[in-house]
Amino acid sequence: MKLRSRLLVHFCLLLAAVAYLGPFLWMISTSLKKESQAVQMPPQWIPHPLELHNYARVFNSPAFDMSLYARNTLIIALLAALGSVLSSSLVAYSLAKMQWRGRNVVFGIALASMMIPFPVLMVPLYRIFRQVGWIGTNLPLWLPAFFGVPFFIFLLRQFYLTIPKELSEAAVMDGCTHFGIWWRIMLPLTRPALAVVGLFSFMAAWNNFLGPLVYLTHQSTFTLPLALQFYQSRSGGTTYNLLMAASVIVITPILILFFLAQKTFVRGIATTGLK
Amino acid sequence: MMPRKAPINWRGQLLGMLFAGPYLVGALVFLLLPLAMSLYYSFCNYNMLQPPLWVGWMNYRHLLHDHVFWRSLVNTLIYAAISLPFTLSLSVLLAVLLNTPLKSQALYRTIIFLPCLVPMVASALIWQWLLNSDVGLIDYALRGPLHLAGGVLAGLARLFGAASSTVLTLRNLQPPVWLGEPRWAMTAIILMSFWGVGQTVVIFLAGLQDIPKDLYEAAEMDGIGAVGRFFHVTLPMLSPVIFFNLIMGIIGSWQIFDVPYVMTNGGPGRSTTFYTMYLFDNAFTNLRMGPASAMAWIQLLIILFFTAIAFITAKKWVHYA
Repeated sequence: MKLRSRLLVHFCLLLAAVAYLGPFLWMISTSLKKESQAVQMPPQWIPHPLELHNYARVFNSPAFDMSLYARNTLIIALLAALGSVLSSSLVAYSLAKMQWRGRNVVFGIALASMMIPFPVLMVPLYRIFRQVGWIGTNLPLWLPAFFGVPFFIFLLRQFYLTIPKELSEAAVMDGCTHFGIWWRIMLPLTRPALAVVGLFSFMAAWNNFLGPLVYLTHQSTFTLPLALQFYQSRSGGTTYNLLMAASVIVITPILILFFLAQKTFVRGIATTGLK
Repeated sequence: MMPRKAPINWRGQLLGMLFAGPYLVGALVFLLLPLAMSLYYSFCNYNMLQPPLWVGWMNYRHLLHDHVFWRSLVNTLIYAAISLPFTLSLSVLLAVLLNTPLKSQALYRTIIFLPCLVPMVASALIWQWLLNSDVGLIDYALRGPLHLAGGVLAGLARLFGAASSTVLTLRNLQPPVWLGEPRWAMTAIILMSFWGVGQTVVIFLAGLQDIPKDLYEAAEMDGIGAVGRFFHVTLPMLSPVIFFNLIMGIIGSWQIFDVPYVMTNGGPGRSTTFYTMYLFDNAFTNLRMGPASAMAWIQLLIILFFTAIAFITAKKWVHYA
């Protein structure tokens, strides 16, 4: 490529990088400032003095029991990920590799249901969960994942369809049951796809806001996003240095996860778009 | 599909249904039953404390005369109509830039994807702080350029004999009170949606990598320039992915909730009250499950309508290889 156009691309990307990274840097910078410096005009990028104490204040604030919320969120996210992986792969296997009447109808329902956003079902779901006494517990936020997530069923079915029939037929010859094929052949073969499902499911549960807002009633059960919003509405939205410190705390675990699993992420998103 | 006359293998049938069992139960309990309940509630007076009372079309009729309902519907339509085309174009542009072989490519990709990882609540807080009207960074950054532009425009206005009040307004050009003025609050939320395009960009990137290289070579042989190649090769080849992202965008923009809930709480006035927010308010603030359920069904029909339009027009502009 010509040097001129290469420079142009570099310039555009540099501009974009500033726009996309800038807010993060500003958040970190504010989180390390004294309140007086945070509201100073003209704004300063370098915190002086370095107020690490902000983080301690957030951690020790009675309205923001960080470790508790982190634990709450982690439990929900892990269970949701586990449930999605197990149930969706089992259902996807049935839809892709087993012969039974009605499976196309079931697959059709799963496809169509991807067009129905959560807000549409919010009221009746609340009613159902209230009936069984789950409002105020974290059950509504992860248990449904154990009953198959349409998007992941769709994704995994595509993967299973690419696995040659001969493989499972040979296994049947050797006296392997369907459960054995799924557990010993399919799951190991589709490990990358399962990682994608687990990761996406974990992320969605970790970042979910509307769900916890609807179902969780006690502060001791709050998740991080809900707690962050609660912290903001309590503090009246004025102490931005503390709010930014709290935001940094909420964001950091997910960023660490991203950098650990970057390849899985990118492959996963790419796959979702093409199938 | 099995041939019609084949006898059912009952063992296989049962086993298949057993494996699909979780979803058979899940679809029934978490999808079909709620859909039916919601349809029923939409014709009822219901507050969850007393049993539902059938009122016929009343909820739908009341919504027709509910100006907040219309406001939330129009707000959501405006948001979708402006945000969707811009975010889609921006994503394609960024994907093309990020597909250029550069040494720093991986770094740029990561940076642009980062905002997608952040919980919406945290994003909203960051932007609320950036857009703060007294001490916000964006406000400060805009002041200089606006002052300069204002001065130039004021000079021009005076040259052409504009009223002195106009000249004065131009001279005192100020950044908007972003979240305090109805139009600007909506603008801010739309602008914020540009920050979260990373996921769409990555999908487009994957699409770009699937376009055969020889198409570009052939176009280059024919003397077609870079811009021509973009419009005659890249865009048509990318159209299935654009279509996918459009459908996702239509469904997604009807769900916008977290950002306005945290950043503006629907205000000022009702200028950023979006559809899902009003549905939520009806259901969980006012305990009016009837109107909330009616809104849910209207939303479902609207999404189906727009998706159907997308699918029907797709034949004209989506090229499948």
